[in-house]
Amino acid sequence: MKKKKHEILRVENLSFSYGKEVLSDVSFSLYEGDYLGIIGENGGGKTTLIKLIIGLIKPASGKITLCGKDIRKFNKWDEVGYIPQKATGFDQNFPSSVEEIVSLGLLSKKRLFRFITKADMEIVYRQLKKVGMLEQRKKKIGELSGGQQQRVFIARALVSKPRLLILDEPTAGIDPKTQGEFYEMLGKLNKEGITIIIVSHDVSYITKYVSKVACLNNKMFFHGTHEEFCSSHVVDEILGHEKHIVCHNHQNA
Amino acid sequence: MLDILLYPFMQRALIAGVLVAVPCSLLGVFLVLRRRAFIGEGLAHISFGGIALGLLLGLNPLIVALLITLLGSVMIQLIKDRSKLPSDTAIGIFSYTGFALGVFIISLTRGFNTDLFAYLFGSILTVSKFDLLFSVILSIITILIIILFYNNLFYITFDEETARTGGVNTGIYKHLIGFLVATTVVISMRIVGIILVASFMIIPAAAALQISKNFRQTLVYSIIICILSVLIGMVLSATFDFAASASIILVNFILFIMIFLARKTVA
Repeated sequence: MKKKKHEILRVENLSFSYGKEVLSDVSFSLYEGDYLGIIGENGGGKTTLIKLIIGLIKPASGKITLCGKDIRKFNKWDEVGYIPQKATGFDQNFPSSVEEIVSLGLLSKKRLFRFITKADMEIVYRQLKKVGMLEQRKKKIGELSGGQQQRVFIARALVSKPRLLILDEPTAGIDPKTQGEFYEMLGKLNKEGITIIIVSHDVSYITKYVSKVACLNNKMFFHGTHEEFCSSHVVDEILGHEKHIVCHNHQNA
Repeated sequence: MLDILLYPFMQRALIAGVLVAVPCSLLGVFLVLRRRAFIGEGLAHISFGGIALGLLLGLNPLIVALLITLLGSVMIQLIKDRSKLPSDTAIGIFSYTGFALGVFIISLTRGFNTDLFAYLFGSILTVSKFDLLFSVILSIITILIIILFYNNLFYITFDEETARTGGVNTGIYKHLIGFLVATTVVISMRIVGIILVASFMIIPAAAALQISKNFRQTLVYSIIICILSVLIGMVLSATFDFAASASIILVNFILFIMIFLARKTVA
């Protein structure tokens, strides 16, 4: 008998407004090992949904349960890795080395006085090796290319060994070849057991790799497996011809 | 020329100067990178009102200035967070109000203008034992707090949003930075004076940023540059009878220019 998967995230009747309603009555669940791609038009509420999930903003109504705990009381931040939209949009002259940036990801595991030890740095180096950035560990973060910086941020997000990895438009401004390598790396991480949520407006790319798709346009138009997505008529009017490209690509992937 | 260092008053002043230089140069790095360089200037203006109030009430001016400046720091953060105003506007509101309070109090009395000048322009060589002790103790406390919370302060300086999801209570740390700056402004005013205190924070950090490869290195270079400025500036001041505060800041500036030009030449 197949083992029942743990629920990692539950979103119930979630609404949010910045004056104008951005999200209305959104509900869905995510289980351990899922790889969810959230797609939709610009202004459709994708980034807002992510910010609500990780508690950066508070919902007007509805409930979010993360790793079994109400988001308002959630404090196990080492279980969640997050890479924000425009993560590479920081001050490129910021005086910080790659290893310093990655070590910050370990702070969520620590208590009040958060010192980084030699043992912590060994973990940091292991993670950098995993994303192929160990050689660059002493370099200034601003000296790396956009794709390399994203790998460093992935390492920072993974260094605390999270159960859930959340990425908001992670490949914006990165060339197609590097994007492909980046998605391959995420696929490997997912196979190792990390649950992933990725937001992108690049529908054709993202849906090649994910196992579940959520289509958001202020409301949740669709949430299901990739196969259900391809057979659904609900999203036709939003994606139109693009949906056929997506489904065709996935079959060939 | 270095005989001057054998005098006890000079040794006391140098110790105080070096101890105050450390929190100033450390905080300067966080402020410059967070684009909050002028919070030091704003809080210094507020402290002027506190100094004048302390002198008017016959209380220790440094203690009154510390309380008023801490209050100013909280108010700036609250107004910034709870209104739609940008941070420089919030700083401006309280900065000029604090300064106006000082000018208003001066206009009420003519009796303490000389004392007030000592705080406006700094007078480390004539500092009282109480003020010296007060500055040294607060410097040590500030340095310890920065060391204990170094990684959290670094995280919110680099990326505030991700720091929040990393379990850092960014609201508390923004107030903590405000408190540390307020305290540092007050303890530095006997050395460089209210008018120049912000530059004491900004210039060493700006110079360090020209040459550093990582965050830790930036902090160390900033401390070295600031301490060098204090030592050279004070020796020049005592030897040639220059104003101590102006000498320190001018040495700071010369070091910045030298580092800037050296970096450009190497590049």
